[in-house]
Amino acid sequence: MNSFVIGYYALLIGASCLAAYFKQRQIFLLIFSLTLISFVTGIIGGVPALRFITIAAGLLALAAGVSYAFREFLIIISPDGVAKELRTAPLTAAFGMFVIFTYAIAGIFAPVIAPFGEAEVISSAFAPADENMLLGADQLGRDMFSRIIYGARNTVGLALLATALAFIAGALAGLLAATKGGWFDQFMGRAADVIMSIPSLIFALLMLSIFGTSLVVIVVVIALIYSPRVFRLTRAVAGNVVVMDYIEAAKLRGEGTWYLIRKEILPNSTAPLIAEFGLEFCFVFLLIAGLSFLGLGIQPPTADWGSMVRENATLISFGELTPLIPAAAIALLTVAVNFVVDWMLFRSSGLKEV
Amino acid sequence: MVPRKEVLLEVKDLRIEGYSDEQWVEIVHGVDLTLHKGEVLGLIGESGAGKSTIGLASMGFARDGCRISGGSIEFDGMELTTTPESDLRALRGSRIAYVAQSAAASFNPAHRIIDQHTEAPIQYRIQKRVEAQEDAMELYHRLRLPNPNEIGFRYPHQVSGGQLQRAMTAMAMACRPDLIIFDEPTTALDVTTQIEVLAAIRDIVDQFNTAAIYITHDLAVVAQMADTIKVLLKGEEVEEAPTEQMLDSPSEDYTKSLWAVRSFKRPQKDRPAEADAVPIVSVKNVDAAYGKIQVLDDVSFDIYAGMTVAVVGESGSGKSTTARCITGLLPPTKGEILFNGESLPPRYQDRSKDQLRQAQMIYQMADTALNPKIRISEIIGRPAQFYGNLHGAELKNRVDELLDLIELDPAKFYNRFPPELSGGQKQRIGIARALAAEPSFIICDEVTSALDQLVAEGILKLLDKLQEDLNLAYMFITHDLATVRSIADEVVVMQKGKVVEQGPKDKMFTPPHHPYTDLLLSSVPEMDPNWLTTLLEERGTDSIGEAANV
Repeated sequence: MNSFVIGYYALLIGASCLAAYFKQRQIFLLIFSLTLISFVTGIIGGVPALRFITIAAGLLALAAGVSYAFREFLIIISPDGVAKELRTAPLTAAFGMFVIFTYAIAGIFAPVIAPFGEAEVISSAFAPADENMLLGADQLGRDMFSRIIYGARNTVGLALLATALAFIAGALAGLLAATKGGWFDQFMGRAADVIMSIPSLIFALLMLSIFGTSLVVIVVVIALIYSPRVFRLTRAVAGNVVVMDYIEAAKLRGEGTWYLIRKEILPNSTAPLIAEFGLEFCFVFLLIAGLSFLGLGIQPPTADWGSMVRENATLISFGELTPLIPAAAIALLTVAVNFVVDWMLFRSSGLKEV
Repeated sequence: MVPRKEVLLEVKDLRIEGYSDEQWVEIVHGVDLTLHKGEVLGLIGESGAGKSTIGLASMGFARDGCRISGGSIEFDGMELTTTPESDLRALRGSRIAYVAQSAAASFNPAHRIIDQHTEAPIQYRIQKRVEAQEDAMELYHRLRLPNPNEIGFRYPHQVSGGQLQRAMTAMAMACRPDLIIFDEPTTALDVTTQIEVLAAIRDIVDQFNTAAIYITHDLAVVAQMADTIKVLLKGEEVEEAPTEQMLDSPSEDYTKSLWAVRSFKRPQKDRPAEADAVPIVSVKNVDAAYGKIQVLDDVSFDIYAGMTVAVVGESGSGKSTTARCITGLLPPTKGEILFNGESLPPRYQDRSKDQLRQAQMIYQMADTALNPKIRISEIIGRPAQFYGNLHGAELKNRVDELLDLIELDPAKFYNRFPPELSGGQKQRIGIARALAAEPSFIICDEVTSALDQLVAEGILKLLDKLQEDLNLAYMFITHDLATVRSIADEVVVMQKGKVVEQGPKDKMFTPPHHPYTDLLLSSVPEMDPNWLTTLLEERGTDSIGEAANV
């Protein structure tokens, strides 16, 4: 029994007593069940297990605290309308926004933040972490940390560009199809079906091996693969708007198709589209990472998270966690984006908690 | 009514709160209510008066976003506010039943009617399936549904709206409840079908000595159904009295204003005397079809400048289709539309900007007729900008002028969005949008049917005033003959896509009529509590079902 274990239990029991005294039912249940679990894990795993729980709980609390503070910060700096919406955001969404914000900062200011250049060889291959290199070196002796920072810029930037392109093409086609109807609608619908019937990874591999692996080709191919999904969603959403009386009124006024789309239909279908944008972004991001892992995506020496996993994969057999760091970066961003998207979906579905 | 019957439901100081703008707001402020066995209580009031909320609360139920915050609800000795949810569930359906406004939306379209009917009795183990089905058929028979032994095996979409509403009433009766809550059961129905449903409900309530709460905004309807009437306003009781007393001598001002609402009437205008006067819109021998189904058959009528022509008929009679032909949304298969003596292109896409500008439309549902994401200033301003080519300060002045015209304060409404407005205000914006184009002819498609009576009267008065000022011609599509009586100059009666009778209003409201016009006119409920009984006797009780299908 060392002082850490005594302090650990004293803190938990004290906190649960406080919660019980102030009739905070849920908090009490949470803390006290944690205490009970700690008894069991403490007996089985000893002090290290308890330390692990402490660190995990501390990290969770830190994340919650950061999310809370970040949300409050956003509420204060936003204009009134946006601030009101932000107040409805759950902590998970705030966490997601914080992560996205961090990635954006890392991506934009990569040359300032990264201590070394992305292709700069500064030490021996697979050098362990030291005071110079936060995460050690990769298979060519380049700084892992710097490459991850640059990777944010390259991978995320590319994914954003490809998703945006897919969205503009898909949404425009969907809105036109819903407004025009008739043969145009049929034609676009069948074309979308054809693209969707080919497995996306195979289609991408095919296209990249035909046209080569330049950035432009990657962006266009990915946009082509993902635009049919956006097309379908937009067409469905816009289809519900097109039958409204105000569209009829605008048509009878003699308004053109472009006015109908821009002023009447688009403002009424943005919420589901934004939510879809977040989801699609994750898929595109994973596809790019997957292509890079296969060696067909972003080409070396440009830093990219997908290829970084592949290049350092040999380290895993030595029990090193380094190659998993870029993978974790991918996972964290995906989770973060989905948190934000969940919140937006919840809002646009009109479900309000009571 | 036998005095001192046993009390079935006693509600005392009922308070209900609703959740809006992140806080709880009281929406029902202490309502008392006593209902004896076998008695029918009518709850009336405008929308937002809390009628439905109180109706649901008498089952111990509060909608999502509402909660019962005070008072007591005692049903047959049971305090519903403290009863656990599981016991309440056992009570609902078996001892208290609910009939919703839209039967079409309340039936599950994927199951047969009789399966939904027998669900409750089987669930509560009151009857076995076969017994329950026999009982259902018996009830269908009593409610005078056609083919009572067979109709239950159809799906909800295979029967008409009136029949479905009666089937719903039968379903509410399945467990022989002590109390049924009718929430506007006939509001969505045509006058002719409404009668069948009213008669059926009244009979069945009498036969089983069931108590009922009848919620409606239509006074004439409640007069037929209720023993006692309670008037509600903004969650508070205005007054309560036995039906006849309430109709003869209401004591509160608000009740009197409700009673007087149908008094708006303006003198009939005649067609211009000159023989060479050209009608502003002339529908000539128009046939129209949706695919292969013909919906209009040789429809002809004229509308002269400054006059209101009301087109009446039940749903499916082709009223709105005629309007779609005039606007060019549905090109006629035969015949033509003349505008000021000139033939209009059948498709709206082929019409000139000026032709489009001349004919405007006001819609029934202001909710769907105004884009919720566009500011009022732009909704009204767009036609002025589009047709009149106005910009900047000129445009703003025009919008302000239009808002003044529809009696809304420009400073207050200029920058708002439609969802921030009440139903009547939205309808006024719809009118302003039509006026912004400076038309000579406006189609009003059931513009008042979604509104409360007081608000509807305001809209009618506004339309009338605008007609005086701007010499507008109206085509007024409606199924409400009271509206026709108050605002029309000429009436066109339609049935199954044909014009059965047309002429000046005064002539149309004096006999002799075409039999269908007669049926329509006699089906409009009157304030006399004995109206339904007298009417049914005149028509012969057995013919109620068929009467509507003349």
